[in-house]
Amino acid sequence: MSRTITTSDKKPAARADIIGGHTLSMFVNNKPGVLMRICQIFARRAYNIDSLVVSQGRDPQFSRLTLGISGDPAGLPQIILQCDKLIDVIHCYEHTPDDSVVRELALVKIVVEGGERRTELLQIVEHFGGKTVDLNESSMIIRIEGASDKVDAAIRLMNSYEIIETVRTGKVVMARGEQAT
Amino acid sequence: MATLNEGELDGAQALIKTLSDLGVEYVFGYSGGAALPMFDALETVESNIKFVLTRHEQGATHMADGYARATGKPGVVLVTSGPGAGNTITGIMTAQMDSVPMIILSGQQVTWMLGKDAFQEADIFGITIPIVKHNYLVRETNDLPKVAREAFHIATTGRPGPVLIDVPKNVSQSPFTGDLDAEIDLPGYKPEEAMDIESSSLEAAARLINLAKKPVILAGHGAMISGAEAELMELANRTESPVTSTLLGKGVFPESHPLSVGMLGMHGTAYANKAICECDLLINVGSRFDDRIIGQADKFCAQAKIIHFEIDNAEVGKMIVPDVAVVGDAKVALTQLLPMIEQADHADWLEHINGYKKKFPLGYKKQGGLRMQQVLDDIYELTDGEAIITTDVGQHQMWAAQFYLNNASFKWISSGGAGTMGFGFPAAIGAQFACPDETVIAVAGDGGFQMTLCEIATAVIHKLPIKILVLNNHYLGMVRQWQELFFDNRESGVDLEGNPDFVKLAESYGCKGINIKRPADVKKKLQEALDYNEGPVLINAECVKTDNVFPMIPAGAALEDMLIEPPKNKMAKPVGST
Repeated sequence: MSRTITTSDKKPAARADIIGGHTLSMFVNNKPGVLMRICQIFARRAYNIDSLVVSQGRDPQFSRLTLGISGDPAGLPQIILQCDKLIDVIHCYEHTPDDSVVRELALVKIVVEGGERRTELLQIVEHFGGKTVDLNESSMIIRIEGASDKVDAAIRLMNSYEIIETVRTGKVVMARGEQAT
Repeated sequence: MATLNEGELDGAQALIKTLSDLGVEYVFGYSGGAALPMFDALETVESNIKFVLTRHEQGATHMADGYARATGKPGVVLVTSGPGAGNTITGIMTAQMDSVPMIILSGQQVTWMLGKDAFQEADIFGITIPIVKHNYLVRETNDLPKVAREAFHIATTGRPGPVLIDVPKNVSQSPFTGDLDAEIDLPGYKPEEAMDIESSSLEAAARLINLAKKPVILAGHGAMISGAEAELMELANRTESPVTSTLLGKGVFPESHPLSVGMLGMHGTAYANKAICECDLLINVGSRFDDRIIGQADKFCAQAKIIHFEIDNAEVGKMIVPDVAVVGDAKVALTQLLPMIEQADHADWLEHINGYKKKFPLGYKKQGGLRMQQVLDDIYELTDGEAIITTDVGQHQMWAAQFYLNNASFKWISSGGAGTMGFGFPAAIGAQFACPDETVIAVAGDGGFQMTLCEIATAVIHKLPIKILVLNNHYLGMVRQWQELFFDNRESGVDLEGNPDFVKLAESYGCKGINIKRPADVKKKLQEALDYNEGPVLINAECVKTDNVFPMIPAGAALEDMLIEPPKNKMAKPVGST
């Protein structure tokens, strides 16, 4: 029986030379349109938003945003001030891996038909502290979580299998110690 | 939709009542379907608000802008949805670029039709996000008074700017059951912080100022908005600094004062630009270092230390990285700075600058036909420099800036950042409503004037004694100047053939019209216009077709590369913006 699976995710080409790779955290009003205001600032100044996580704050009047962005690092401090200037933004901070905890979660769907290949894959999953969250006769979904570079490394190892697709949450960040995020 | 009970207000009435409580005197606008409840409320709510029906929504925004710039109070605009709101874009952008407080109320389709391409639906909330200080799409009737209060607070505090409130028709015509005095709630907006100046920054600024041998003060719009005229004068006298101003800062420091060197930048005076090039300290009070004044950023004041007094934190280091930034309100900052400033003696420096004033004065040829500069020079003399001047954008604007010296704030109203043609005449209408006893002169070119000339009707209806000075060279002169200097004189898209007879056109609206053709007639005819106060008067001055504005710094060039007179050799195309 022949079987075709359309893979929506192509294997990544060599990554474009990204300058920076900065993580911003914003505390904003939880209202329609706030995200538009923020995204327009980055788009206008030719920054790309690599990842974006939005969720309601403990007080539902506010939302928490974590943005992973890339672009010219020279202009970034001014753009942070421009975001901070928005009436709907309570505060905007940049975080580095040194002053914060960064976590990300990925789901990876992989074709595995031979038993031997499957066992090998499960060893990789175990090594990265991942979990199998769906399993059937032809494929499985693996969950990996951790710092973004750990998730990158796990997916890199899985590239020798036939990956159907990957979904990543994008990074969430929290400042260490008593510092506000 | 619920129906209104006896004695109950609807949302629109609650909104208009709030505007009245906030002290709104004039609303400029244009009616339409989605705005019907708000227009009806103007009739049913007892208030002092006077509505001014314009002939185009763009005109309404510039009128509100002129009103705001002449008073410091926010101008208010009321338009309908879709095209009505769309026509306000240029005016909103103009206000945003020049930090002008403005409230724009737009009607909108009913909430359940939003996003469904309903009749006259436009996502004006989304469209205006990049050109407003803030905006709202109101979905709850009871929120209207609170939103209006927030909008006024945002528009008028900190660095001012326009705020748009989009009001769906069902929101404005539903019963209002909320609190008319509901408190504003803006956790992300703290303009009061601008009153709290970091003392270490003031000390650092004072150290630099007391050490300077050749200081220059650059006065911008921010100094005017904060009302820092007296403090600026004291600073100038104590530091013995020449004072230059930006286009929008004209008047915050009297331009006829001996320390004034006039406007700097692309078409500024030679002596202002030379002072900038030779100073050892630049004290910028309330200017955002616009590209028109800095030219090539990395060469701007490279020899000098720079202090930047700035209310908007996001402007610090955007164009020029200062040695010391003092963030906050200019008046508060200067007040706290002055006790730390010693009386300086910079007689040599001032004499050096005065030498430049004598060597490179502003001037123009008196022969070869009527020149715009002469008309402006004469009207300056006839009005003792005390009129409110509004301008359009182009050559006439730069000559007006050069030749009409301003000695007080809020009397020079010109579109700087946006460079909006069609701005000057409607802005004059707004300014004349705001200041009925002042002489208001709208200086326009024949190009820009034709963009908003339909507002002659508005001026005539209200018998506003505006002097509309059309400096007519039948060209888009500034673009033609660039084509002459940088594009081998290839004229492209600049010949305004087909201009109407402006005097006849004015007369057809019931507006007085005067033609000026000969240099010898200028004073007499201008005086005739100044003496006429029954309504607006249009003066059409037929000027030399191909005159050029100098001094000139080609866009993106350094200030030291300024052209004081027409270049003898072919120029390379400018690398800078426009």
